[in-house]
Amino acid sequence: MVMKKDKIKEIIYINLLRISGFISLAILIFIISFIILKGIGVINLTFLTSIWTHNDITQGGIIQAIIGTIMLGIGVSIISIPLGVCTAIYLHEYASNNILTKSIKLSIRNLAGIPSVIYGLFGLAFFVLFLKLGGSVLSASLTLGCMTLPWIITSTEEALKAVPDSFREGSYALGATKWQTIKKNVLPNASGGIITGSILGVSRSLGETAPIIIVGATFFISYLSYSPLDKFMALPYHIFILATQHSSPYAQQYALGTALVLISVIFIMNLSAFIIRYKIRGKKEW
Amino acid sequence: MSKEKNIEFIFLSVSLITLFILLGIFAFLFATGIHAFSEISLKEFFLGKEWNPSSYSGPKWGILGLIMSTLMIVIGSLIISVPLGIASAIYIAEIAPKKSKEIIKPTIEMLAGVPSVVLGLIGLLVVAPLIAKIFNLSSGLNALTSSIIVSIMALPTIISISEDVITSLPKDFKEASLSLGATKWQTIKMVIIPASLSGLIAAVMLGLGRIVGETMAVLMVAGNSIAFPNSFFDPIRPITANIAIEIKEVVKGSLHYEALFAMGLVLFCITFIVNLISDSIIKKRVEKYRW
Repeated sequence: MVMKKDKIKEIIYINLLRISGFISLAILIFIISFIILKGIGVINLTFLTSIWTHNDITQGGIIQAIIGTIMLGIGVSIISIPLGVCTAIYLHEYASNNILTKSIKLSIRNLAGIPSVIYGLFGLAFFVLFLKLGGSVLSASLTLGCMTLPWIITSTEEALKAVPDSFREGSYALGATKWQTIKKNVLPNASGGIITGSILGVSRSLGETAPIIIVGATFFISYLSYSPLDKFMALPYHIFILATQHSSPYAQQYALGTALVLISVIFIMNLSAFIIRYKIRGKKEW
Repeated sequence: MSKEKNIEFIFLSVSLITLFILLGIFAFLFATGIHAFSEISLKEFFLGKEWNPSSYSGPKWGILGLIMSTLMIVIGSLIISVPLGIASAIYIAEIAPKKSKEIIKPTIEMLAGVPSVVLGLIGLLVVAPLIAKIFNLSSGLNALTSSIIVSIMALPTIISISEDVITSLPKDFKEASLSLGATKWQTIKMVIIPASLSGLIAAVMLGLGRIVGETMAVLMVAGNSIAFPNSFFDPIRPITANIAIEIKEVVKGSLHYEALFAMGLVLFCITFIVNLISDSIIKKRVEKYRW
């Protein structure tokens, strides 16, 4: 018998849990709609394609910051994806359970937990000053690349785990070597997961602000730069300066517009990652 | 066979890079930070309440106020994000209909994709004025506002991992409880929460790691005062924000620069310990339950 008191308790607690779920969802919906509604007003072709004019911010656009962020995305991908995928292949397909493997795994888990501001300090000391790369796109890409590496390794390992062992055994039974098996059988079947994880990792790194502040993003360059050794502007840093340090009365509105551009880039990347995952999952027959 | 060996060797060499990065981070923080202690005593650094490197009446190097600020954010945002996060995870895993579950979970995971600088902007434009109005303060840039914003950052981590933990419990647990006549809430309280407790703690620890390391959102809404904080309505300046603010302005190689690296080393050690603890909880859990 369920007593009446228990019934009331049941209703109260279950609804409390339900409300919590809805609050979490509501926070996200509020954030997204606030940025869209308040930011959309400043978005037009001039804003997206013109050069930033520092004194009258209503006249110019944010093209340098957009190009800066795109260059960072390319740089981070070139650095972290090949290294991350190779490391995951080694750990999942080759490594035996010895001290070296354990310490590599331990360092990956710890790298994933290090705050981004520490990566910034490391980037400043090592890439900017020690290797004398300066406050450039290259330094920032290397710094963000180090930060993205553990995320890519973890998601690639998951993708490799999802490939059934029978695929490998079947290949060995036909006389294929280990590398042939990985190249022809394992990687093609894991590629969906690897691509999804890589896109998610890179998109997350593009929103990072603290490391690029420390390694030296700049708020204003009057020209368009395409060289990896040049100074650079980037969307997240642009938002930060507009929101906190710019005197124009329109600054906050333009910060919201820039924020809308940044989250659109990130969400489009995430969405395509989810679509790839969904499509690949639909194709799998095991 | 030698080609196969070569390929394995290449993969091994690449894997070692992660080890070198971790060692490199520690080495650079340590090598630069340690110099600071040739002029600053350990006692002043860790127990001094005042941080003011450019003071005319002699610089002050105490990081206690900064650590206190970080601690306040940790406590404040855990109070908000742990109950909300775990309750949401239970809702998604146990109560929500399957169809809404498939929408809610990825949507909340999208929240993890919102950059912290954007959350900081929301804090600056929405939460801070609201807090100032509610509590009748001259400025809403304080520890409370920072805790609210940072708890939003930790929320997706806590929800997503807790939900995975709860979903991975064997169905028999729940079915046995329900078949004995327990209600849904009784099953959640008596069976699901105890069985997934260590996993939930690990989820909170990972959220804690994000909270301690959060920089930009905090930098924008904390108020950044170097005065020692006494209440949640005081402006604060956590370790991460202090590093990000000051590192751009210091002379490279100066004592101030070295002290900021020493501060980074402290932060590194804190997060390292938090990670080790959550790691060992997860490992024990995996060994304990092999279903």
